Amino acid sequence: MSRFRNLLPLVGLCVAAPALALDATMFDLSGIGREATAEEIAGWAIDILPDGTGAPEGRGTVAEGEDLFVMYCAVCHGDFGEGAGRWPQLAGGTGSLASHDPIKTVGSYWPYASILVDYINRSMPFGYAQSLTPDEVYAISAYILWLGDVVLDDDFELSHENVGRIEMPNAGGFFPDDRETAESHFWEAPCMSDCGAGAAQITMRAVVLDVTPEDDSPGARID
Amino acid sequence: MTDTPIPNRRRFLIGAGGALVAAPALANSGASPGNPANQPPKVPEWSQFLGDGVAVRAYGKPSEHEAHVIRRDVQWLTASRESSVSFTPIHALDGSITPNGLCFERHHAGIAEVDPVDHRLMIHGLVDKPLIFTMEDLMRLPRVNVPYFCECAANSGMEWRGAQLNGAQFTHGMVHCVMYTGTPLRLLLEMAGLKPNAEWLLLEGADAAAMTRSVPMQKALDDVLIAWRMNGEMLRPENGYPVRAVIPGWEANMWVKWLRRIAVGDRPWYHREETSKYTDLMADGNARKFTFVMDAKSVITSPSPQAPINHAGGFTVLSGLAWSGRGRIAGVDVSLDGGRNWQHARLDGPVWDKALTRFYFEFDWDGRPLLLQSRATDETGYVQPTKDALRAVRGENSIYHQNGIQTWHVAPSGEVENVEVS
Repeated sequence: MSRFRNLLPLVGLCVAAPALALDATMFDLSGIGREATAEEIAGWAIDILPDGTGAPEGRGTVAEGEDLFVMYCAVCHGDFGEGAGRWPQLAGGTGSLASHDPIKTVGSYWPYASILVDYINRSMPFGYAQSLTPDEVYAISAYILWLGDVVLDDDFELSHENVGRIEMPNAGGFFPDDRETAESHFWEAPCMSDCGAGAAQITMRAVVLDVTPEDDSPGARID
Repeated sequence: MTDTPIPNRRRFLIGAGGALVAAPALANSGASPGNPANQPPKVPEWSQFLGDGVAVRAYGKPSEHEAHVIRRDVQWLTASRESSVSFTPIHALDGSITPNGLCFERHHAGIAEVDPVDHRLMIHGLVDKPLIFTMEDLMRLPRVNVPYFCECAANSGMEWRGAQLNGAQFTHGMVHCVMYTGTPLRLLLEMAGLKPNAEWLLLEGADAAAMTRSVPMQKALDDVLIAWRMNGEMLRPENGYPVRAVIPGWEANMWVKWLRRIAVGDRPWYHREETSKYTDLMADGNARKFTFVMDAKSVITSPSPQAPINHAGGFTVLSGLAWSGRGRIAGVDVSLDGGRNWQHARLDGPVWDKALTRFYFEFDWDGRPLLLQSRATDETGYVQPTKDALRAVRGENSIYHQNGIQTWHVAPSGEVENVEVS
């Protein structure tokens, strides 16, 4: 019995250690998995970087995009990107980001045009992903950039050659996470008694708003 | 459906099976009187007659009397259920591990029904040798078992402007905590061999959204897991079957499900999910990017609007959950008076790193109204802020990372309501 008890601390150590301790040098893992072929990688590696690296070869104009957009996209996003129902609005919202009701669209918010091409190419149309040709993807993207006033010329053509050079209005609107400095006061010891002035008063009640699901009332949007 | 008439405004939710989920009107009345024929001195029929034999329930389910404990969604929140979220019923659970079938869901193109025989995980880019793995290959690798919380960055995001949804399931239910089994991503990267300029990874899912997120290499080499099991069994399809990324302490959107591809690069990709979404808009119109870590947070799960106090005063157990993306929970304080005075809660069960931690506070309720709050502190000394303190820094438009202190108002009837206080 006493010998068993002596083992316990060791067991405790073993339980805590392995998640961080494992590395490939501890094992011979050769023969598990195989080398991926260039063809396999090419079929799946469709991601595009902000400078256009990885963009598929192709091109499409605003005018070509309008017809495609009406056919494939407008049912959810509206003919002019205004959004149908609760589906995402794609155009408008310029100058709204600091307002009470910011509207985050391709033109008002997105920092790079590559995002649009990459996202449509991998995920759209919703429910029939990866069904568009690169030319169709560029044409639809060009039309959305035109709807958002990112490009003004309706003869504009988007392609793998210029997707990395489109200047987006809000490209400078992002900064790295600064919580540890901007919110350093959240690391201060908290008040334990007689905190705040006077008794706490209720300032807002969820039942007054009454949007908890039991009916179809509209409310905040999550995205 | 209950026979008790409940005014529509006070009725909370009628479950899919017709079960009454939580009826504040019943608060303080105690449990249902039930059927006297099943109670002493009578002998109930389940004590007389045989029940189902073994393996009749080949995969066991909860009692039919627990049919109201289910994931729920808020249909006005999103345009379609395929790109939406359901919420863990945290108000009806205890302990710190979430049952697999109740873990919240967030899909961008519905549940991918992946055949594990055809599933592949590819690693390519800035590596010496691009690799491709079958599930059989992955499951041959050395593996570890670690519990982690997984929280959507938008959990509580509907509450930035004030109390909105009346239930802990809806305000805080985009979180779960399970024991993952998987292999450290570091092992896979070491097998492929990283080039010197390998700084970022792109993770991609096999769903119809081909969900992508960029992950910094430092995190990938630290504690990221490539996991195929949750609580011992294979991942559920809605949680990424057959394999997903586990990014401990960081926002759940990065925990790519149905993981099929890891590209190694020298910079972030700036894809849709890390620009258009999951960036935090500040009051001045600029937005924080790459806000990966989930700040320390807690919520009282009982009493809460869906879990009212059903007894008239006396000994009362307050229960809740606390967690931090920066490490272990160091302590939880509870206030009964809307944040004027605080007392230490009792942490119970394991206090794991970056996992849900259960806390309790036992007290004698005198039947007067309460304004309940909980406040988590983690091992880095970070203290969960008030919602006003958060809004003072970030404004009201950031959607994500709302970890402010939650207030529940308890009425003398035992009914509980989501409120904000001064």
